[in-house]
Amino acid sequence: MSGRTFFGAGFARGFSKAWLTAGYVFLYLPIVALVIFSFNDSPIPNVWAGFTLKWYAALPGDREMIGGLWLSLQIAFFTACGSVVLGTLAAFALVKYRRFTGRTLFGGMVSAPLVMPEVIIGLSLLLMLVSVQRVLGFPERGMLTIWMGHLLLGMAYATVVVQARLQDLNPQLEEAAMDLGARPWQVFTLVTLPMIAQALMSAWLLTFTLSLDDVVLSAFLSGPGATTMPLVIFSRARLGLNPSVNAVAALIVLVVSVGVVLASLAIARAERKRAQDMAAAARGG
Amino acid sequence: MNRLRALLAWIARGRTAVIGLPYLWLLAFFMLPFLIVLKISVSEVDGVVFKEVLSLKDGVLALSIKLSNYVFITEDDLYFKTYLSSIKYAAVTTVLCLAIGYPFAYFMARAKASLQPALLMLVMLPFWTSFLLRVYAWKGLLTEHGWVSDLLIALRVDHLLLAAGVIPALGKFMNSPFSLVLGMVYTYLPFMILPLYGNLAKMDLRLLEAASDLGATPWVAFWKVTVPLSKAGIIAGSMLVFIPCIGEFVIPELLGGPQTLMIGRVLWDEFFSNNDWPMASTVAVVMVLLILVPLAIFNRYQAQAQEQRK
Repeated sequence: MSGRTFFGAGFARGFSKAWLTAGYVFLYLPIVALVIFSFNDSPIPNVWAGFTLKWYAALPGDREMIGGLWLSLQIAFFTACGSVVLGTLAAFALVKYRRFTGRTLFGGMVSAPLVMPEVIIGLSLLLMLVSVQRVLGFPERGMLTIWMGHLLLGMAYATVVVQARLQDLNPQLEEAAMDLGARPWQVFTLVTLPMIAQALMSAWLLTFTLSLDDVVLSAFLSGPGATTMPLVIFSRARLGLNPSVNAVAALIVLVVSVGVVLASLAIARAERKRAQDMAAAARGG
Repeated sequence: MNRLRALLAWIARGRTAVIGLPYLWLLAFFMLPFLIVLKISVSEVDGVVFKEVLSLKDGVLALSIKLSNYVFITEDDLYFKTYLSSIKYAAVTTVLCLAIGYPFAYFMARAKASLQPALLMLVMLPFWTSFLLRVYAWKGLLTEHGWVSDLLIALRVDHLLLAAGVIPALGKFMNSPFSLVLGMVYTYLPFMILPLYGNLAKMDLRLLEAASDLGATPWVAFWKVTVPLSKAGIIAGSMLVFIPCIGEFVIPELLGGPQTLMIGRVLWDEFFSNNDWPMASTVAVVMVLLILVPLAIFNRYQAQAQEQRK
């Protein structure tokens, strides 16, 4: 180690540990503070004055928030499903077909929503939908239009995730299946799909949380009566500190961390099982 | 032979669907909207109806383009200043993210191999909790009596920040350039760390041994070997931070103040408060022009990185 670091090994190790620790504290401090102050019994939301559960008790009666949550969950579910389908298709197109007309444009359009400022995507989608509505009389602004916007963003993320996995795949496995007489559809469902299942799962979860969190696209594309949870939170947060927001935040943190831990355990177990199967197959068992 | 023909036919059919479906979707929901924004930004407004840019009248094709919005944007001081200050804040954020993120990614990549998956997971985990809520949390930390506010006052950092002119008064951190940049650095730091880590973790450490054998001190080897090799990661990370920061809306709205001009907010106000769609479209078109160059750089390095994976 000492040959590769700048100073003495001990100092370098201490410095690297300190830097990493400080970085993680920076990343996690706001999340920890959110959860702690959701239990705060004080009129000033960021000064601790004792433990209470009253903000949680008030949540079920908060019609606006509950309605927003339900709408957000629906949109997030359909966004995740649609994104995984479109993203997988796009990833296949990019990885399996090296040459087709307009591939550069296609690649650019797939990855552009990842970095494009959301205000631009939101504005342009809305103006298009308004033009379409003038001609066809539909779609009304609401759940459907929000879903379309989220799908555009979600597809870009899903493509990146699935593409990374597809690139690491060994094409010989698919070729071997074909040589053994599998039909192309069987190759996809029996060989390719199980191998990318983990990536599809991560893409689904990622786009679900992305949609559940989006403010800007939803604000442009929502209509009367379609207020998602982030829009409710945003309108309250704009006015100042609000303990109800902290309580919702703490619940989201809880659900997400449990979900992520469970998902990664499931994925790890599936990986182990696959490794065992592969080893057994290699032994001829 | 029969089977092969069936396979080729399926691929031909499958290929069309696999490429065609996402392609059409992107053309309809990404490309077309842009063209519409472009059109509206140069259209005459007749009451509430946008006039067609191209019109056929008495057999003569007439093209009417109104450039007054663009003229206005370049002549008006406020817009110009806002564009400049958006670039400034995005650039400062990118530099700070790089300064914090590069050592972070470097130490991650050189940590024990058994620890690395956990370290990586810990960087990605905040992604999963709401971005909006994490930005909101800083509001609580930075307003008076907040944890970070108290800490910065105790360390007398506020004197330094006031001297730098990034906070309005001693002990007041919110709604200032400081809180805005802090929020943006916080939000976009993982976007810098992840590509850098991906790059640094793949590096062949024997190159450093070779450098050391050839007499380079670790410091020299770092600057002459490690940094040049991680160029692709530095560029990818910087673009992933810089481009979205330019058009950021939520962070300036929640953490920035009246003096922190950001173009995303101006677009929002033109659209939602002034209901001036052509002006909002013009602002959007100019913003796209502004990020076109960094976007092209990003795409080029992205493509290169993918070629290297092959």
